[in-house]
Amino acid sequence: MNEMHVRRRRKLGKVQVPAVTLAHGAGGRAMKDLIDDVFITAFDASGGPLEDQARFSLNDLARHGDRLAFTTDAFVVDPLFFPGGDIGTLAVCGTINDLAVGGALPLYLSCAVIVEEGIAVETLRRVARSMADTARSAGVSIVTGDTKVVNRGACDKLFITTSGVGVIRPHIDLGVNRARPSDVVLVNGFLGDHGAAILEARGELALRSPIASDCAPLHDLVSVLLAAAPGMRCLRDATRGGVATVLNEIAEGSRVGLEVEEAGVPVREEVRGFCEILGLDPLYLANEGKLVAVVPAEQADAALAALRAHPFGEHAAIIARVTDSEHGRVVMRTILGGRRIVDMLVGDQLPRIC
Amino acid sequence: MKYVDEFRDGRRTAGLIGAIEELSQTIGSATEGPIRIMEVCGGHTHSIFRYGIEGLLPRQIELIHGPGCPVCVLPMGRIDDCIAIAEQPRVIFTTFGDAMRVPGSRMSLLQAKADGADIRMVYSPTDALNLARRHPDREVVFFGLGFETTMPSTALTVLQAEAESVTNFSVFCNHITIVPTIKAILDSPDMQIDGFLGPGHVSMVIGTAPYEFIGHHYRKPLVVAGFEPLDILQSIWMVLKQIKEGRSEIENQYARVVVDGGNAAALQAVTKVYEIRPFFEWRGMGSIDHSGVKMRDAYARFDAERKFAIPNLSIPDPKACQCGEVLKGVIKPHQCKVFGTACTPETPIGALMVSSEGACAAYFQYGGIRRAGSA
Repeated sequence: MNEMHVRRRRKLGKVQVPAVTLAHGAGGRAMKDLIDDVFITAFDASGGPLEDQARFSLNDLARHGDRLAFTTDAFVVDPLFFPGGDIGTLAVCGTINDLAVGGALPLYLSCAVIVEEGIAVETLRRVARSMADTARSAGVSIVTGDTKVVNRGACDKLFITTSGVGVIRPHIDLGVNRARPSDVVLVNGFLGDHGAAILEARGELALRSPIASDCAPLHDLVSVLLAAAPGMRCLRDATRGGVATVLNEIAEGSRVGLEVEEAGVPVREEVRGFCEILGLDPLYLANEGKLVAVVPAEQADAALAALRAHPFGEHAAIIARVTDSEHGRVVMRTILGGRRIVDMLVGDQLPRIC
Repeated sequence: MKYVDEFRDGRRTAGLIGAIEELSQTIGSATEGPIRIMEVCGGHTHSIFRYGIEGLLPRQIELIHGPGCPVCVLPMGRIDDCIAIAEQPRVIFTTFGDAMRVPGSRMSLLQAKADGADIRMVYSPTDALNLARRHPDREVVFFGLGFETTMPSTALTVLQAEAESVTNFSVFCNHITIVPTIKAILDSPDMQIDGFLGPGHVSMVIGTAPYEFIGHHYRKPLVVAGFEPLDILQSIWMVLKQIKEGRSEIENQYARVVVDGGNAAALQAVTKVYEIRPFFEWRGMGSIDHSGVKMRDAYARFDAERKFAIPNLSIPDPKACQCGEVLKGVIKPHQCKVFGTACTPETPIGALMVSSEGACAAYFQYGGIRRAGSA
């Protein structure tokens, strides 16, 4: 264990070699230097003695609400850096968003990294800096962590796991089982940007206009949204599996039908073109800054206006309505007026042959 | 999107549906039973389901989803051959994405990859050739599959490899050709089809002349169709119009892409590299004469079939699987004995459940609405 969270004034170590070796994970001086140089420096956690855990005052937590929210997520992404973000921004935003869509105010994060020997120390510094910047701008502290170095080939460059603690505001009860017929389903903007950005950043397709990931922390947007639509039934962030998967979870969880209006689904022009070429469906592409909100019909306009007034919700739209027919099913009314089922995928979407 | 949205226009759709209804009513009173139109190409099947086109059509029109998904008609024995090649040391086996999940007799390529074979997804044969250039110490094999649509790109890549004297690149050729297959469907005794939507991309390469026999000999209309929803609807209307007027001609709705003579340069590359096989096995349809191509002797050194020892065994289709009857339009996907029970996209028995262009997978994923209403 090598936690980095507590307050102590001491001189920080520095790594003198360009690449990480197994020595940096062996628990000795080299490891201390790596943690100091990369993480303590970035996370600004050099204030106190290092203990094996972060400690919180229950009274302080209770000022924010009446229930704790706790979540964890592992991040593996290839490439580590992509337009619109990197594995660090992803690791912070992902966990913040998992807390936020439960109605929680995100407060503290942990950060565990598994590093493949041979990775450049500068790469780690860059990732740690973007984690720190993202957390700072979101008002969240990274308070504990762990570092392991593994043999070449035992992991792909860098894996990060973040866990997060937040406090749920009083009187908020969101759940995938709470959608009711006539409710309205909204998203906060263009779908599929992250999935398309990652596929494109792998460099296998020589496209001219790069697509940027939508990676963003959504807790502030959620606060605004909850204030505008206090009757909110359910919030989900639409990461892997895309919006289609979330809609299916809502339909199943609430035993209702969902009818998606294809013409209302916001997809960026470049992403549409990208999907056309590869035969992919943007509804199944991953997002890292998009949420799906189910609100009672009478609060839909207020919710939409609140989303659109926020920088992360400019292109928000109503995409579906909850129905009392075909329980557990998501049905799309296509731009032609035809109907089709939007099911969950078995695995990844695979590009079509022609 | 420019040049695409125009072909997905809701108002124009309504106009076309109206015209189709009118035509099918006048035909309907003259014939018994439904009017059966087969879309040969998997790309059409995909569009039809994606846009919910079946549900917009009048009930007396029945669309039969034909054999034109190249991934779906791959026999299990050929997948076993792929895995045998991929498992050899030093081989990097490259494939289009949607072939990864097709079941072989032991496993799929996806499972073989998990077992340690170096199998990589590529977007074109040129990607595979690039890999060969980058890894001169490895043998890079490209899984060539598809109809005339993808044949020219594989042929041109082989010619490129030849020009650069790349010695560690080869193609496992499973290219198939559409015309003998349409003929096999037409000759089938349980054939119940009134007209065809012809494949747009294939025709871009081969032109429209190879279909003439369908009109002359079999007296069935065929309309070469584009892939946008309005293309498909207009083509259906054109087939109906022929039926009503008692014509059986080859018409070209997709003239913005398909010229009657095809693409001479593409055809030249194809003819240079490939020759017709005496027969080729199709999943669900058995062996069809002259329906596949192989590499000519002059290109033997780029032919994975000759470069590597492959089992080359014919594996019979699973007994419960009725892919063949679905492909010929004898039954609908959901009428198959194992549809949605033993055979699902997660554990496909028949290949039609594998690719998103396969009729069964499309029924499973997108279907169910009209079926529930009409069954």
